[in-house]
Amino acid sequence: MAQYNLSINGKSMNVDVDPNTPLLWVLRDHLDLVGTKFGCGIAQCGACTVHIDGEAVRSCSYPVSVIEDKKVVTIEGLSEKGDHPVQKAWLEHDVPQCGYCQSGQIMTAASLLAENPNPTDEEISYAMNGNICRCGTYTRIKAAVKTASKSL
Amino acid sequence: MKTASTKINRRSFLKVSALTGGGMLLSLNWLAACQPKEANALGMPKEWFQFNGFIKIGENGLVTIMSPNPEGGQNVKTSMPMIVAEELDVDWENVLVEQADLDTKYFTRQFIGGSQAIRSGFTNLRTAGATARAMLVAAAAQSWNVPANEITVKTGIISHKGSGKSANFGEFASLAATMPVPEEVPLKSAGDFKIIGTSKKNVESKNIVTGKPLFGIDTKREGMLIAMIVHPPAFGKTLKSFDDSKARNMPGITDILQIKSIQDDYKKTFFDTVQFTDLIAVVGESTWQVLQAKKAIKAEWEIQEAYEEKRDMLGREGIRVVPKGLESMASQEQAMMVAAQKPQTQRKDGDPEAAFAQAAKVIERSYTGPFLAHNCMEPMNFFAHVKGDRVECAGPLQKPELTEQALSSRLGIPLENIEIAMTRLGGGYGRRSYAHWLIEAAVISQKMNAPIKLIYTREDDMTGGVYRSRYQATYRAALDENNQMIAFHVNAGGLPENPLYPDRFPAGAVANYLAEGWEVPSNITTGSFRAPRSNFMACVEQSFLDEVAEAAGKDPIDFRLELLADAKANPVGERNDYDAERYAKVLELLREKANWGSSKDGISRGVSAYFCHNSYAAQVLDLKIVDGEVKIDKVTNAIDCGLVVNPDAAKNLCEGAVVDGIGTAMYGELKFENGVVNNSNFHQYRQIRMKESPDSIETYFVENGEDPSGLGEPAYPPVFAALANALYQATGKRFYDQPFINQLNS
Repeated sequence: MAQYNLSINGKSMNVDVDPNTPLLWVLRDHLDLVGTKFGCGIAQCGACTVHIDGEAVRSCSYPVSVIEDKKVVTIEGLSEKGDHPVQKAWLEHDVPQCGYCQSGQIMTAASLLAENPNPTDEEISYAMNGNICRCGTYTRIKAAVKTASKSL
Repeated sequence: MKTASTKINRRSFLKVSALTGGGMLLSLNWLAACQPKEANALGMPKEWFQFNGFIKIGENGLVTIMSPNPEGGQNVKTSMPMIVAEELDVDWENVLVEQADLDTKYFTRQFIGGSQAIRSGFTNLRTAGATARAMLVAAAAQSWNVPANEITVKTGIISHKGSGKSANFGEFASLAATMPVPEEVPLKSAGDFKIIGTSKKNVESKNIVTGKPLFGIDTKREGMLIAMIVHPPAFGKTLKSFDDSKARNMPGITDILQIKSIQDDYKKTFFDTVQFTDLIAVVGESTWQVLQAKKAIKAEWEIQEAYEEKRDMLGREGIRVVPKGLESMASQEQAMMVAAQKPQTQRKDGDPEAAFAQAAKVIERSYTGPFLAHNCMEPMNFFAHVKGDRVECAGPLQKPELTEQALSSRLGIPLENIEIAMTRLGGGYGRRSYAHWLIEAAVISQKMNAPIKLIYTREDDMTGGVYRSRYQATYRAALDENNQMIAFHVNAGGLPENPLYPDRFPAGAVANYLAEGWEVPSNITTGSFRAPRSNFMACVEQSFLDEVAEAAGKDPIDFRLELLADAKANPVGERNDYDAERYAKVLELLREKANWGSSKDGISRGVSAYFCHNSYAAQVLDLKIVDGEVKIDKVTNAIDCGLVVNPDAAKNLCEGAVVDGIGTAMYGELKFENGVVNNSNFHQYRQIRMKESPDSIETYFVENGEDPSGLGEPAYPPVFAALANALYQATGKRFYDQPFINQLNS
């Protein structure tokens, strides 16, 4: 076990965990931030996507010990009032079905748009391809990313 | 206008206080979800007045509607309350929606399955709304001293024209809740619907996009421990012994124990399928610690002996034969070939063999479909807290009512002492009908005397599932010299389930028809998978008909319409389970909307149609091959599911079915080697991703005034064949074996 001081959603948080513990389980079990989802545990589905220094990262495969002073943002911290342009676009297109993968989808989309505010269809598909939606909402996800892109 | 009697399911419409003094319904979720919608002008009421199991109204006019069924992405949590709100005549903006707990006293059929929620709930939901509305009107009539039949209600406002009086629901909520429950209530004509048939946003979207705890796996309680299981590494094996000396001493581990989920002498019902009853349970403080200890357990496994289990198969006595052995793909194939030679006749019309003997042309083709895993994005999980003779549970379930019975029997705790909160399902697709993990969680909780959240890893689920069966079918069609189909023969079977629906199209359209089915016992557990059996039969039947149409020199839509015209004018047999006219209408709508017959550079088109779950679905799929990769340009859906309650949400569901169907047809496959599942996680089980899904999907509904039928499943099965038929147009190759990617790459 080891003590870590983490910057999560702009707040400083302390945890005492095994250094190998993936960020996913630190968030879910120790910090009660359960918006980040467990899907596969091997970085294949994207349900656990968070931002680390702005970059979309699979938190299930990212040990707490290497975070150091990097800034972590989860779905709960993407915007204060749930009104990030990507979140608004998701509501406009009424994207979710079961909804389980959507926080990961939104985090990947927000990271894409931060880097590339006007992505082409191919760029959207490329960026979003690591996020599985088992319900099959991909056409709406793509439409929502385009809508968000226009409002940025 | 028609009327509905409140005598059927009367308990649903009685005042809650009269039954329980506000007990059960006021537990768990009742208060927790009562947050006002953003910017709701009414704000939260000081007091709620309960009208029936579905409705309570605040003194300020705000209305809470209970959504009775579990929500797993079908959007019933929005569409079911919309139906209640319609007959209540409330402003949808002033409605809060809340998930009901499992409660058989007030609600019927709290299921996900069979695309039945809206279809079988429709009248009940409307009656609940109309009953409360009638009580409000009665209260206003009494207070204003005017005849009730002179009172009108519009979007939450009660008015009396003669006296000029008007009030919002809240003003009469207190009095109305004490009025007698009417024996009979009027229901609106469809033409008067204001909410039904308009697109309403998913009531949970805001919570989803902001990451609120909605799912079973998000459950947390004071003192809760995490549990995981270790199950046998192969079907056909069982636990012999285990060494937990290392795991037991790892940090954060509370206990490691052997459990038995369902007892051997328990008479299982249809949904009590359980793959491994003897398990090792690892219990600890945090998920990561439990995961590490789980890996450190050294278990020995032995071969499971063959056995038979008696089961209640939805009211029918059934026996499941569970053979001994470690199955592999090749051994299964051999057994299926043998079984296919000795099928049971399930339907015979005319004299098929004589017709085949005199045919000008006979087309014969064989098809296969592999085992499939459900792979819900939210891994299997459940929370259970056994406290003496009571148990509190929470988690994702498709058939909570049946699960509750198994749980009650296993724990020796009476049904009335079991509380089950139905959390949102992170996908179901049939998998969460088989809730053995709830029993496992509760057994662990009982032994540990602690609140337990059981979580399966992705590997636990994928390698220990209740899969879709492995199927096979051979079709033969006979054409005469005028290219009329004079005979049709299907021989279909599966390991372990026979997928055949003998009374479906083209049964009824062909004078000489033979349908035969067979089964091969297996120790691999299988069960419902989105549109059970139809998900295979639609693919193979509609692929075959495409080939028969081609052999007959006919356009594939014209060919089907000719058969449907025959089935309508001169139906063969009396058990045909489809309406030929509705079937034809959906194809005609598709032909128009997809602009069938037109051509676009480089685009190959395939068509397919199917009837299941009381609805008709037809699709045209447009694709092209770019650098050896399949690019799906567009899918056009035409659907007849009767009345559509929430059109945009209904379209979303159809889009999802199309994407899911394409992905499954193209990539879905689970393989066994000596009883071991070869696919353990998403790196070995390919799910469709954005790049492979269609660029656009258009959905059109037939408007015919019929009551609503199913929608979660019907759009899924036909798209498999629309894809196969389009791939044929693009590649010149017919696709007989799923997943299609294997043949594309060979």
